[in-house]
Amino acid sequence: MAQAESNYFVPHGSYWPITGSIAVCSLMVGFSNLLNGAMWGKHLMILGAVILIVMLFGWFGDVIKESESGTYNNQVDTSFRWGMFWFIFSEVMFFAAFFGALFYTRVYSLPWLGGEGTGATTNSYLWPSFEAIWPLTANGPGEIGGEFQTMGAWGLPAVNTALLLTSGVTLTWAHHALKANHRGQLIIGLFLTVALGAIFMVVQSIEYIHAYKDLGLTLGSGVYGSTFFLLTGFHGMHVTIGAIILFVILIRCIRGHFKPENHFGFEAAAWYWHFVDVVWLGLFIFVYWV
Amino acid sequence: MSTTTADDHHDEHHPSGMMRWITTTNHKDIGTLYLWFSFIMFFIGGFMALIIRTELFQPGMQFVDPQFFNSMTTMHAIIMIFGVVMPAFTGLANWLIPMMIGGTDMALPRMNNWSFWILPFAFTMMLSTLFMDGGGPAGGWTLYPPLSLQTGDALPFVIFAIHFMGMSSIMGAINVVATILNMRAPGMTLMRMPLFVWTWLITAYLLIAVMPVLAGGVTMLLTDKFFETSFFNAAGGGDPVLFQHIFWFFGHPEVYILILPSFGVVSSIIPTFARKPLFGYSSMVYATASIAFLSFIVWAHHMFTVGMPLAGQLFFMFATMLIAVPTGVKVFNWISTMWRGSMTFETPMLFSIAFIILFTIGGFSGLMLAITPADYQYHDTYFVVAHFHYVLVPGSIFAIIAAVYYWLPKWTGHMYNEFWGKTHFWLSTIFVNVTFFPMHFVGLAGMPRRIPDYALQFSDYNQIATIGAFGFGFAQLIFLWLVIATIRGGAKATDRVWEGAEGLEWTLTSPPPYHSFTTPPNVEAELGLASHK
Ligand code: HEM
Ligand SMILES: [Cu+2]
Repeated sequence: MAQAESNYFVPHGSYWPITGSIAVCSLMVGFSNLLNGAMWGKHLMILGAVILIVMLFGWFGDVIKESESGTYNNQVDTSFRWGMFWFIFSEVMFFAAFFGALFYTRVYSLPWLGGEGTGATTNSYLWPSFEAIWPLTANGPGEIGGEFQTMGAWGLPAVNTALLLTSGVTLTWAHHALKANHRGQLIIGLFLTVALGAIFMVVQSIEYIHAYKDLGLTLGSGVYGSTFFLLTGFHGMHVTIGAIILFVILIRCIRGHFKPENHFGFEAAAWYWHFVDVVWLGLFIFVYWV
Repeated sequence: MSTTTADDHHDEHHPSGMMRWITTTNHKDIGTLYLWFSFIMFFIGGFMALIIRTELFQPGMQFVDPQFFNSMTTMHAIIMIFGVVMPAFTGLANWLIPMMIGGTDMALPRMNNWSFWILPFAFTMMLSTLFMDGGGPAGGWTLYPPLSLQTGDALPFVIFAIHFMGMSSIMGAINVVATILNMRAPGMTLMRMPLFVWTWLITAYLLIAVMPVLAGGVTMLLTDKFFETSFFNAAGGGDPVLFQHIFWFFGHPEVYILILPSFGVVSSIIPTFARKPLFGYSSMVYATASIAFLSFIVWAHHMFTVGMPLAGQLFFMFATMLIAVPTGVKVFNWISTMWRGSMTFETPMLFSIAFIILFTIGGFSGLMLAITPADYQYHDTYFVVAHFHYVLVPGSIFAIIAAVYYWLPKWTGHMYNEFWGKTHFWLSTIFVNVTFFPMHFVGLAGMPRRIPDYALQFSDYNQIATIGAFGFGFAQLIFLWLVIATIRGGAKATDRVWEGAEGLEWTLTSPPPYHSFTTPPNVEAELGLASHK
């Protein structure tokens, strides 16, 4: 809501945004060239990544300095909250595109390829031997690529579910500790959260290796492989980012940052982590289980 | 506009020259950058349009090869949408929202800078594809696979440029939401906000909701092309129509992103020159919200001909027609605002009135397209081209131009030359109709869009359209000259500028101080309202 404070903090000019543009642009141009077969693209990408890291340190460093020196009033804090909230909403919509693709394929287009509804002629003329079942096990009607097996829900994915849910609990514990000013518990809770996130990433890697080596399940495994790897892959990327953010917060906690009544940096990271958690539940149910 | 820094108090030591613009965190500086960027892109995109119209002056192939022609139609659309209309609106939002709600600046000033400084990089990437192997993207701005997957080296550049622009739009939108929700002066309740602020708030929600979906869709294109996935490949169990669903789930709300802020602009200008308060303020707010809601459930009206179950076709037909109701409410309210007003016709008002009439024509052709069986006939013809140019050129673009004339005296402290403003208006309005009205006829007669050649019987109307396009293009040079002249000098503008203008931005000096309201204004007193309590 509108507030009466007039000394809203407007930062001085900053070089970080333009640095960020240069970094991301180098990454994108480098990657595009790599995809087009020009190997030097790799070097441009590395350069971009380095600049990006410098920029992130610099930008967030400025924010942390400003925050710790008390330049931010409550109104600034509220701006950050709205900003983070809507950023997470935009991320939800990004995942919605991939979930939407999964549902559309499973509910509509695959049955149509199998001859349901108006797909009868498509099926009998183009893919007469194709039967629409999910999970697909034979790379779609064109059988591009080879045979593969699908990933079951109750092995590693179930372990990962347990890991992430537990990490949500440890994070909440850390948050309560921060509010009660129990710094020791705070640090232990956060450390456990980061560790659980890291273990999740290891398990996910093992799962991917298992998929490629033993199951023959790859990105090329028809639309099952496409949705499987893009959904879990983007999720894994978000877990990685979330864990890095939490790790930075952990370091800040060790250095004595944050106050029981004022710690939005911590909360933002926690919101992000819970968001990543909820997306995982969606994945577990719709990608692995049903 | 460098004079505005004179009464700057606490950050005296910001860099000067080029570096001021690169590092700035000031909403007015950033607004200026957005507006100039948009203006430059307007001429680049316009130049491409003239290439298209030159080729279409006569049947047969005369000037460019078909591949290049198609990359011109594709690039023209992408530039006009993402490079002109959206940045112009964000520029207006930057300049106006903090002043309108009595705030100091945008809520997240450093991110505001980044939102802008992404754009020059993204569009450099986009434009550079014209010089690559295989040329620029030529499969249409809608990027339908499998056609778009045949793009040459340009494909990843285009996809990443779209990601980049999406980041910019999302950050810009988040900033607008945070600013409106958090930076209002006490007393500036939601239902007292100017409609421009309301329409932008709703637009920002649309942006945050749909830009990530587009990002997801183009990412799938990228993986289908380079990483062996089969999202859009039936042989692998996917479906090319899936892309169309994803694209239009973004695309239809996107067209409202391109028009809602215009509604806000026109709703500010009409009351000023009719010297009457806006008719039906709250119904305007609700109508805007309904349009935004409905825009999420109509997307497949772009896909009637691709093959959808009958129930889907019917649903999307009726849902689309429903949008005409809140849109009608708006048009009704604008006209009622003018009814018995004491009207004067300065340039911004002229553009706004033309907006109402010509946008409504575009709305009507939209209704025709919404009728499923009729659309089987109209789809992918010049009739569609006529429809969306009526809503976008004398719609969005006219509203942007009106906004510039309306607020330029506030921004610069100088009045523009009314004679040349009116000349610009009349030339633009005449030529826009000369350009786009004939397209209805050739479209109904069956001339397909995105094809560089056409049957002989379409020649006359195409020649008229080409003449109109050149006329419209050159008329915009008057605008460019007028804006520059107004920045550099001209009659001194008063603080209120327009006799009938209402709103907090008019209580500031012209040009306004570098930081808008360092102490919150007394909203009730300034707006002449009775206290709320
Ligand atoms: C009453 C409101 C409207 C209705 C009922 C409507 C309906 C439609 C329909 C049915 C189509 C698809 C035609 C086809 O491809 O066969 C279409 C296309 C289009 N409309 Fe609208 N429309 C409306 C307002 C708008 C507005 C306000 C804008 C933008 C400011 C807009 C921009 C477009 C664009 C850009 C296309 C073409 C997209 C493409 O295929 O490249 N429309 N409209
Ligand atoms: Cu539409």
